Amino acid sequence: MARYVAWRLAQSALVLWAAFTVAFAALYLLPSDPVSIMAAGGGEANAVSDEQIADLQRVHGLDRPLWEQYLDRLGNALTGDFGLSVQTGDPVTEVIAEALPGTLQLAGAALVLAVAGGAGLALLATWTRARWLRQVLLSLPALGVSAPTFWVGLLLVQLVSFRWGLLPAFGQEDWRALVLPAVTLALPTGAVLAQIFARSLRTALVEPYADTARAKGASRARVHFGHAAPNAAVPPLTVTAVLLGNVLSGSVVVETVFSRSGLGRTTAAAVDAQDIPLVLGIVAFGAAVYVVANLLVDLAHPLLDPRVTVGGPAVAA
Amino acid sequence: MSGRAVRAIAPALAGTGGARARRALAFWARRPGLVASVLLIATVLTAAVAPGLFTSQDPLTGVPADRLLAPSADHLFGTDQLGRDLFTRTVHGAAESLRATALAVGLGLVVGSAFGLVAGAFGGLVDDALMRVADVLLSIPALLLSLTVVTALGFGTVNVAIAVGVTSVASFARIMRAEVIRVRDVGYVEAAYASGVRRPTVLLRHVLPNASGPVLVFAAVEFGTVLLAVSALSFLGYGAQPPEPEWGALVSDGRDYLATAWWLTTLPGLTIAATVLAANRVARALEAEETQDREPLP
Repeated sequence: MARYVAWRLAQSALVLWAAFTVAFAALYLLPSDPVSIMAAGGGEANAVSDEQIADLQRVHGLDRPLWEQYLDRLGNALTGDFGLSVQTGDPVTEVIAEALPGTLQLAGAALVLAVAGGAGLALLATWTRARWLRQVLLSLPALGVSAPTFWVGLLLVQLVSFRWGLLPAFGQEDWRALVLPAVTLALPTGAVLAQIFARSLRTALVEPYADTARAKGASRARVHFGHAAPNAAVPPLTVTAVLLGNVLSGSVVVETVFSRSGLGRTTAAAVDAQDIPLVLGIVAFGAAVYVVANLLVDLAHPLLDPRVTVGGPAVAA
Repeated sequence: MSGRAVRAIAPALAGTGGARARRALAFWARRPGLVASVLLIATVLTAAVAPGLFTSQDPLTGVPADRLLAPSADHLFGTDQLGRDLFTRTVHGAAESLRATALAVGLGLVVGSAFGLVAGAFGGLVDDALMRVADVLLSIPALLLSLTVVTALGFGTVNVAIAVGVTSVASFARIMRAEVIRVRDVGYVEAAYASGVRRPTVLLRHVLPNASGPVLVFAAVEFGTVLLAVSALSFLGYGAQPPEPEWGALVSDGRDYLATAWWLTTLPGLTIAATVLAANRVARALEAEETQDREPLP
């Protein structure tokens, strides 16, 4: 097991390094001249003098060969230093750390709603004996994944806040202002969860072990919630990392719609200003979230499902 | 793809075989949602190619006297703050949105399939290397990867399409690779090699056509997701620039009038949602046909 963990850790580190490299390559190789993009990013293209450009180049180390910049950036990134934001001149790490709490709050609330809503819908849809209810419930997730997040957010603001005056649309202090953005962010993720969980529940309910439980006299509820549900929860768990990535991505749109400050808003502003160091830092952060979540799920997988044995090179399970 | 839907409709169109035509009719009659979806997609495609069929008004110039009118018979979707007809702008926006979506899906399909074909056909180190690259692309959350590309390339519809297309390359590559591995050792491929056909020819003429079904179905599945991603990036302001109408941008334009003119955000957004829903429904039907048609290989 220890060797497996070590092997997975090394693999994760490798993926992270590669993700950093891909993002670096995209950001520093694609445009012919990152400096003029950065200089122009702040305002009008021609408002920057040649000296200022040379200055910018020196500050951001862009006057040196690309491979040197890459090694530098990579070395610094390993110690948590992603350079300076072009917009503010503050360290990228600090900018991200400052924006993070707002997004964690939003993403946390959204995840709770998504899991509760998605799992609840799937359980109810497979539990009910009313055909029409089952069909209605099973067709809801398709709507959830088809509606653009930004549109759902604006609709909620229009109806719930402006028309009915039930909840505030904007603001960060009041917990009630968190409800609408969290619901908006939860919707697509909850819908995907519901689809996966409902499918695996339906499979689990006709497995031999469910029949065995029934034959031994277990009640319908016992079979459904005690036997089938825990086993059916494994497939949704394996996509945790993708769903976390979706929530992180979704926060860019949701925070823009609801004018909340957080990592999503910071990301949008960084792209607007073509703040290359900040974008690189945020992408690396996003990849880290994905990789760590995947690692945790992989390590937890054998504990949840005894049939799964740890893989990897020459490891005895 | 030799889907049942395709086979069912073909004889009906040709007008042969009464029984088969009846079966085709029954197939569609049992699926009213699918019929509505196909019709909607056809309408949207027509709007993209020939917007003049739906509206004769100009999407870019407005009538100042008609500012912010609510939807009515004259203006189905109402008018915006410059007195432009929103229905006209939505119809004209279809071209921009669908062009970007098609470009993005096409990019993912072509580049991803090429990678998958090479990886599956050559195996070994090439396969390992290419699939690790795919893993890495999948490890960056899709929107962040798109935003990286937008930051590097700059704003605009084409750049947004490229940015979104890049995010689906890895998935296309994985599916194509799996299919190529499935067919690469089959009798007719071995026969082709044995009769002296060169590898590139075998790959293009024998492997690719037999491996492409699931990949094309996945392209249909991706269409809705990609349209959503393209719209989101336009909504954020990275796609089509004003006054050009584009679906995501139209919703964004209406944000300042949320309290007073609900139609400005609601109706273009509804158009996107309906199109994505219909595209997903059609894709699901194709997918079902594909899995059902999958015969065991000889």
